[in-house]
Parts: sequence; C-alpha cells; structure tokens
Amino acid sequence: MNLSDSKKKLALAGVVCGIVAACLAALGNPANMAFCIACFIRDTAGAMGLHQAEVVQYARPEIIGLVLGAFIISVATKEYRSTAGSSPMIRFVLGVIIMIGALVFLGCPLRMVLRMSAGDLNAWVAFVGFILGVGTGVFALKNGFSLGRAHITNKSSGAVLPAVVVGILILATCTTLFKASQAGPGSMHAPIIASLVGGLVFGAFAQKSRMCFAGSIRDIILMKNFDLISVIAGLFVVMLVFNIATGRFVVGFNTPGVIAHSEHLWNILGMYTVGFAAVLAGGCPLRQLILAGQGSSDSAVTVVGMFVGSAICHNFGLAASGTALNPETKEVVAGAVPVNGKVACIICIVICFIIAFTNKREEAK
Amino acid sequence: MKEVDARGLSCPEPLMLTAEALKGAAGPVKILVTEPHQMMNVEKFAKDKGKKPTSVQKDGYYEVVIE
Repeated sequence: MNLSDSKKKLALAGVVCGIVAACLAALGNPANMAFCIACFIRDTAGAMGLHQAEVVQYARPEIIGLVLGAFIISVATKEYRSTAGSSPMIRFVLGVIIMIGALVFLGCPLRMVLRMSAGDLNAWVAFVGFILGVGTGVFALKNGFSLGRAHITNKSSGAVLPAVVVGILILATCTTLFKASQAGPGSMHAPIIASLVGGLVFGAFAQKSRMCFAGSIRDIILMKNFDLISVIAGLFVVMLVFNIATGRFVVGFNTPGVIAHSEHLWNILGMYTVGFAAVLAGGCPLRQLILAGQGSSDSAVTVVGMFVGSAICHNFGLAASGTALNPETKEVVAGAVPVNGKVACIICIVICFIIAFTNKREEAK
Repeated sequence: MKEVDARGLSCPEPLMLTAEALKGAAGPVKILVTEPHQMMNVEKFAKDKGKKPTSVQKDGYYEVVIE
C-alpha cells in the first residue's frame, strides 16, 4: 500500500486522520484539542509526574497509539529501519525548543490546523509565524545546514521507544502509579480504547502518507511541491465540516474554552520557533513520533526532548494560559504568555539560529 | 557516473542533493538513500523532471539510477 504516490491518496489519508480527530473530539477530548501532539505529550509527562500542573496530567493513549501504529505498519511493510547517530543531542535540544514554542502558542502544528478549522483567528495569526519559521529553516537548508548522517544500528535500538510506550500503557491501565487530572483539559478525554485505536489508525496513515506539517510548508517553499500539503488540506476540510456541523465553528479571537490566548506577537513567535526548529529536526512533532516508531533513535531522542521540554515549561512557568470564563463573575479572563515564557521563546529562537548556521553539510561528510 | 551518497541524511537533504546533481550532470546520476520514502521521493522528482529512474535495493540502502 503506497499512499504517497498521488495527491488524491494523500488527501484521502488526511481525511481519515481528520475523521479520527473528529471522532475523538466527539467522544470527549478537549474542544479543538482533539489530537494535539504537544498537549498530549505534555499531559503524559504530567501523568508520569515530570511536572506538577494538576490540570494537564493524563497518559494519552493517542501518543502511545501513534508510535505503535507507525511501528507496526513499518514492520509490516518492511519500512522499519533502526537508525541513529545524526547529532542526537542537538535533536534533543530541538525537541525541548519545539515544546517551549508550542506551549507559548498553546498547541503543535496539528492543533494549529485544528484550531484554524474551528474558526480560531489566533491560530491563523500563529500560522503566519509558522510559515516564517519554516521559511527560516529552509533558508538554513539552502545554506548547507545538516545534522549529519544517521547510521544503521542494531534492530532492537529502534524498538526501544515503541517498547517504552507499551510500558506506559500497561502502567496507565493496570496500576495507580500515574496521575490523572480531576479537572481541566487533562480530565477531558475519550475512552481509553477509542483513543488507543484512534492513535493506531492515525499513526499508520501518518506513516504511509509521510504526513508532516512543517514538511508540507517546507516543500512548497523549497521545491514548489504540493504533495504533503494535500494531506493537511484533507484533514482541515474534514475538521471544518465537523466543526460547522456540530456548532463548534466560532470565528473570533477571545473565545473562552478553546484553550488559546490572543497575544498576537507571542502566537507568531511561538509558532515561528516551532516551525524553525521542526525544519531543523527534519519534521514536526507528529512526524518525530512517526519516525521514532519506524526505528529512528534520533527522532526518539527528539521525542524525549519534547517530554523534558514540557516539564521545563510547567516547572519554570513558561507555558501560556488560555482565555477562560471566570465561573463566579462570568467575566472573560484573557489568556497570556508569562514573562518567563517570553524570555524562553526568544532564547529558543537564538539557539535555533546558532544550530542552523553552525551545522554545515560539508563538515558532516 | 556521477554519484550522490545521501544515505542517513534527513529529509529534504536527499532531494536537495539530487536536484543539485541533476543540474550539472550530462549523463546518468546515481543516488544512494537509506529510507524507502526517500527512494520514492527521488524517483518521483526524477520523473517530474522527465528523467527515467531505476531503483535497486542493496544491503541496508537503495540505489536509484537516474537517466
């Protein structure tokens, strides 16, 4: 089965993933967070006690399903390759940076598209930053940026992350070791089996279609290639229809309950950071999970970086807050990015520039 | 034959190196890549440029000859 040889098939893969996201939203996942990689990694890190933000702690089976779905389909279709050795610690740092940028904006590129499909204008503003970030990454690529070669390793190395997520699933379902939010976004979730199956299906289709949010914009800027954007377009259309049909489509900036803020500059800079770092890392947060599932230890290190990054965000007060309704006064309280988050975001952008222009292809040979 | 060793490189580097090699090449070009999707991307790129790609699976990598 090859989903990547025509735009129609790619769009179809996006439609399937969109249906999965819509079903999970209908079954209880938070409003237009349906399937957010950054949020769900953050929730899982919280469940494991890596951070103490009580409202965002839940071992999300979607993350487990994504990695396992990609692992199973890649083994079944002989695309599994255990590789490692392409500047792993730089990739770890990029994982941390991606998460900091995502939590300043409040969502990964996948959630940005889901928010855009729900009429959230903040996400459209952030999309500008994302394009600029990807564009900066492309500029670096054109100037010879490279993290060097990965090499084939023992087959078991690539299977470590898939095995770890199975361990997380067992601990989450059979023990009381993990934390689970009693209120807030972490308490809102679809039934475990639905989330897991949704993750498996999403992971398998994302692996076969090479779905990547950073890659789709990158390919347009770099090579005028519109293949990968067809997957995103398919997903966007399904979610748009779902949101309109279920009354979730609300055009506006300060929408309570959406878990978003309207600090435009920081929405732009947050997603600029994510776009830039994702191009340097070779893919968006979703793509990193998929690549890790199909055997890349380098991407697995990026995923570990995202886990650590989410803990850093909540332990050091970097994550933004969403616009919310005060239950007592019924007043809208605007969400905001804390000063620590703004400083961290700027530092992340500086580090991205240093990484982008100090790692050259010639040196990697 | 001009050879580009793009094995182990992250996307989109294999494709960028392929595009660079095709620009200055008079005869056939041989591209080496690790991942199956990179092989497909190189094949598709070559076809889009009106060239004929032939792929062979080697030990742990793919060899795409573009003519």
